[in-house]
Amino acid sequence: MLNTYSYPEFAYRASPEQAGGQSAPHPVVIIGGGPVGLTLALDCAWRGLPVVVLDDNNTVSVGSRAVCYAKRTLEIWDRLGLGQSLAERGIQWQVGKVFFGQTQAYQFNLLTEAHHKMPAMINLQQYYLEEELVQACQANPRVDLRWKHKVTALRQREDAVWLTVETPDGSFDLQALWAVAADGANSDTRRLLGASFGGQVFQDRFLIADVVMKAAFPTERWFWFDPPFHRHQSVLLHKQCDNIWRIDFQLGRDADPEEEKKPEKVIPRLRAMLGEVPFELEWVSVYQFACRRADQFRHGRVLLIGDAAHQVSPFGARGANSGVQDADNLAWKLALVIQGQASPDLLQSYHEERAFAADDNLRNSTRSTDFISPKSRASLRLRNAVLELARTEAFARPLVNSGRLSTPTPYTASPLNTADTEVFAGAMRPGAPCADAPVMVGGQSRWLLELLRGGFVLLSFGAGAQEVRVGDLSTQVLEVGRDLSDGQGELTRRYDGQAGTVYLLRPDQHVAARWRRFDAAAAEAALRRALALH
Amino acid sequence: MTDPSPQLIRQPQIADPDGFYDELIASQRDLSEEQADLLLAKLVLILANHIGNRQVLRQALELARSNTLEGRS
Repeated sequence: MLNTYSYPEFAYRASPEQAGGQSAPHPVVIIGGGPVGLTLALDCAWRGLPVVVLDDNNTVSVGSRAVCYAKRTLEIWDRLGLGQSLAERGIQWQVGKVFFGQTQAYQFNLLTEAHHKMPAMINLQQYYLEEELVQACQANPRVDLRWKHKVTALRQREDAVWLTVETPDGSFDLQALWAVAADGANSDTRRLLGASFGGQVFQDRFLIADVVMKAAFPTERWFWFDPPFHRHQSVLLHKQCDNIWRIDFQLGRDADPEEEKKPEKVIPRLRAMLGEVPFELEWVSVYQFACRRADQFRHGRVLLIGDAAHQVSPFGARGANSGVQDADNLAWKLALVIQGQASPDLLQSYHEERAFAADDNLRNSTRSTDFISPKSRASLRLRNAVLELARTEAFARPLVNSGRLSTPTPYTASPLNTADTEVFAGAMRPGAPCADAPVMVGGQSRWLLELLRGGFVLLSFGAGAQEVRVGDLSTQVLEVGRDLSDGQGELTRRYDGQAGTVYLLRPDQHVAARWRRFDAAAAEAALRRALALH
Repeated sequence: MTDPSPQLIRQPQIADPDGFYDELIASQRDLSEEQADLLLAKLVLILANHIGNRQVLRQALELARSNTLEGRS
């Protein structure tokens, strides 16, 4: 256990239906109360759905796990009301340095673009994040968070899912319209479904050591290849809150995890790295990792999300970040399906879009792993050649890969997109996550993403767009020049917003379609397409 | 002018081939085996960046690989 943090214990409470049974199925039951499951719960509740969250434990994440949260993830939490406090609580950083041997090989700066509400990246211990998410769930009347509830069996019929749940008071059955497995890389739910989970397991072992120290290191990400204090392996140093520093040591394939965890083994490693700086050991663990994903993220009425659906190497902070983005993608679709505004076909696009993103994350994290941990002497030689060249040669620096930090994957191949028929500049093509921009509303400084409040939006540059409807679902119209103004020109620049341009934006702040001139029939067709009604 | 779809040049075009080969060998003089290998790896990276075109690089990689796999033992 930790010196700087005491774990909360959340009380198990028996619910009336454990004894009396259910009167109606729960619309959504989420299995797993980690960052991803809790985010999904908040997002579903925000969209008006009552949700039940089952967690087999009664506290937050133990030890040192996820650390870095990227801008898009913070934007999602900001929509749910938590962005500001997490950004303030976390450690903000922008500079990364890469060392090879004794010398610096390369340096990067994350934030190349100003005028975003959320920072490029924050570092925060997973238990602090989960604490905030749990508090928000507990304060939300639509979220029913149940601790010490373990799912032990699962049956599906056409119209519902039955979960057998074990509690301190024994087992009971719970019925749901939709169940979401957010129970991590070792997902029991995935196993109960018999879902495949294929990929590559890496043999290298890594040591995590969290230390408490008042060190003069700047708040930067430092990565060493083959440093003098840990020859032939890599080391990563990251700052977290409370003067805790996370240090990852690559140990190689033959390391004995039990032996490596012993303080008498860990402390000399840290001493060699940190020199005379006084430190206290806070947490030690040894891990191996894998890159794999489920073939299908949807199995009937059960959806896989986060690490239960895909597992990546830690390089690039793509695990928790991509899981939260899964939740962002799934919540609005579940809400529209349950509220009868879309057919269950819409949920197939959750698999299509997020499996596409998972493949992107897997590709990136596998490439980083191949660079950090070369599998042959020949690839080690090429890697070292890149690092030596990078010291003096600008051309070699883009090849240095110590982790490509998480950025959201645009859903460029999504069936929900309507393809462009006109020419646009910039990144806001169909499928892209909406870039934020500073705007003015009623004389006040606001942000674009704050105005995209959960439904479909027609963002119109100047007059032109009219509300469109599909069934009883209608779009909101946000007109630049009437409802908001573009104070600094960033909005117009990022969206290539020439006069008359109209964007159809999805409930998860992604671009569905865009035109140079509004046409009601085209907008309605695009809305139908974005609802998978075609 | 940049060629939109350049092809890997497979006809000789180095002037004074013996002189070039001499320089290539000489670049490894007094290096350990390990340093010489590292030098060749760096040379690949330097030249690859100079070429820059992914199609040409892919053709070069395929040629080097197939020539190695088909080479006489």
